[in-house]
Amino acid sequence: MFVFDTLTHRLKRGCETMAYPKGPAPALPDRHGGTLKVDASQCADGCKACVPVCPTQAITRANGETVALDLGRCIFCAACVEVCPSKAITQTGDHRMAVRRREDLLLGRTGAEELRLGTALEEKLRQLFGRSLRLRQVSAGGCNACEADTNVLGTIGWDLSRFGIQFVASPRHADGLLITGPVTKGMELALKKTWDAVPTPKIVIAVGACAIAGGPFVGHREVNDGAASVVPVDLYIPGCPPHPLTILDGLLRLLGRLDERPVPV
Amino acid sequence: MSASTPFALFANATSLPWAEVPAWPVAELVHKTGRELNRGARLCAWFGLPEGDRTCLVAVLAFDADNTLAVGRSTPFIGTYPALTLLNPQAHLFEREVWEQHGLTPAGHPWLKPVRRTAGDAPANGEFFRVDGREIHEVAVGPVHAGIIEPGHFRFQCAGEEVLHLEIALGYQHRGVETALAGGPHRATMSQMETVAGDTTIAHATAHATILESLAGAEAPLRAQWLRAMALELERLANHTGDMGALANDVAFLPTSAACGKIRGDFLNLTALICGNRFGRGLVRPGGCRHDLEPARATQLLGRLKTALADTEQALAWLWDAASVRTRFENVGVVFPAQAAEIGLVGPAARACGLVRDVRYDHPAGWHRFAQAPVAVWPGGDVFARARVRSLEIQRAGQYLGEQLAAPADGELHSEIAPPAPDTFAVALVEGWRGEVCHVALTDTAGRFRRYKIVDPSFHNWTGLALALRGTAISDFPICNKSFNLSYCGFDL
Ligand code: SF4
Repeated sequence: MFVFDTLTHRLKRGCETMAYPKGPAPALPDRHGGTLKVDASQCADGCKACVPVCPTQAITRANGETVALDLGRCIFCAACVEVCPSKAITQTGDHRMAVRRREDLLLGRTGAEELRLGTALEEKLRQLFGRSLRLRQVSAGGCNACEADTNVLGTIGWDLSRFGIQFVASPRHADGLLITGPVTKGMELALKKTWDAVPTPKIVIAVGACAIAGGPFVGHREVNDGAASVVPVDLYIPGCPPHPLTILDGLLRLLGRLDERPVPV
Repeated sequence: MSASTPFALFANATSLPWAEVPAWPVAELVHKTGRELNRGARLCAWFGLPEGDRTCLVAVLAFDADNTLAVGRSTPFIGTYPALTLLNPQAHLFEREVWEQHGLTPAGHPWLKPVRRTAGDAPANGEFFRVDGREIHEVAVGPVHAGIIEPGHFRFQCAGEEVLHLEIALGYQHRGVETALAGGPHRATMSQMETVAGDTTIAHATAHATILESLAGAEAPLRAQWLRAMALELERLANHTGDMGALANDVAFLPTSAACGKIRGDFLNLTALICGNRFGRGLVRPGGCRHDLEPARATQLLGRLKTALADTEQALAWLWDAASVRTRFENVGVVFPAQAAEIGLVGPAARACGLVRDVRYDHPAGWHRFAQAPVAVWPGGDVFARARVRSLEIQRAGQYLGEQLAAPADGELHSEIAPPAPDTFAVALVEGWRGEVCHVALTDTAGRFRRYKIVDPSFHNWTGLALALRGTAISDFPICNKSFNLSYCGFDL
């Protein structure tokens, strides 16, 4: 009779998959804050209050220059936001953070106050992968949080497979890699071999501050400071870890499957 | 019993001057440590401390029944010493680690090889224990596994389906965490402590914050201690629920697997309700907490918690009702109680062998001095027992949260603490969801870290998984593995 119980319970609950992207995106936790924005014109002359509080040295300000924030290194602790006396660095509440080029995560210069969201794959690849993308995930020194929030996309709430995106066991069945972790020296060879085993054309997605730039472990001699030092990267998704919504947005953005609409504030 | 020990005694989350830690020639330290282990102490940490071109060995022991910790050390030496492992197997990985890090050779150690191979080749390229015979075959798995999971290498010696021996080679995740702590704390230190094992953020962050507080001779305000305890239980709920779902998935029981996968996220979102991050990053800071759980937020949390707990209960009821699931769990992956005690298992894996072993109860610190939950224990040592303990802990964590959220501590959330005292030794144990998280620190004359040792529960427990596989069908590896769900990066550091 438990089969019957199970079935009725399931029926009672109905469909638990979120409406997004057809409906509105689920709200980020109010203290999450979303991505950051830098308005260097607000900075007081010579102020460097934010520089020393950043745990990953994502913020620099050379003498006579404006402040520069590298969102690829950022772990979104918001220590800079708290300490900034002139509100030059602020949280936008926006979950969308994926970019195609590393330099699109560098904020600070005039015209570069915000990150430059990534565009879809070029037409030929988009036709190949747009409706069916198989990824092999490689954790290369990840702390298991980026991995967990990638994994969660496979649960009934997010249901990644409705977009034709799937994680597969063998690199030979994959169209690309999704990499987490700074790429430890111990995983360098394994990552290269896995990449080699993926048939071309292939794509690489770097998820999390570690995979983009080394994250909290940037500069350690035991790590490589990011996936791009070993394989070419096509999409960068910042965060520590990125919220599942941010990862999903990145994947759909890459496949050109989002019709852009104004961001919920 | 411990009153007559020659070791220096102290309580969890406190510190003592390094000069008060007794020092003996190394053979005597090994002998004395062995004697304490033989009469019921546990080895929490065993590590080297460089002194010039020599090294001291330091032993941190726990007398669980006396709620007391003990520490002793050797005088500096180089070369060889008599292995503690010979009579006390729980030291085996510690001695390999010391050998790898400091070149001290434990004479007579039965299986001396690096634990992380920090300096050399990929760990899978090492030497492995091999079983010979015409019917024997070897299976090598990893470092890259089939799912979304951290890397490690498993080498099985099999006779047909049956696993005779499993050797686990880790080190792929080594990020240099301990090395980086020397001379610290640095500005990246807190973020690194939060990511030692990313699914155990609250436990490791709490241990580290506690170390800094006790080195400063201070305590975090009560409200912060309360909030840390709440976050610790939320972490436990999320991980246990996720693992119950994963176990269900591995025996093809999809209703529970589907439900738990989602509910796990609901628990993570409760942590995010407190601090914005689903894993609790940015919540715990030395001297207190960084985000408050105001009454309105607490009410919201409690409401959502109740729903998630009810959902979990329902999903787990399906699982435990199903005879097809129970038979898949029973008598699979057995670790015998005697083995568990011998290798020093901790956490749910130990409690599933009937060992009453829980830091929250044995060595209460922080909020656990005022409020405790009963320890969840189950006999048997198989996958069934580990799953039962997880289920029980889900219930008890839920109940504990319900009670404690209704009775918050008032007052400040954070207070400035003094810099760490010089030449001082501190230990902090926290019962993370996998078991005992142990942080040990020693400061130098300037009050900076001279040595910082981290022992993730996985360090004790990987050997448990290897033992569980003996005599088990290799096709049962996934459920055995999920029932432990150990950390790779927490081990590799
Ligand atoms: S980016 Fe952060 S969450 Fe992701 S693996 Fe690195 S430390 Fe962990």
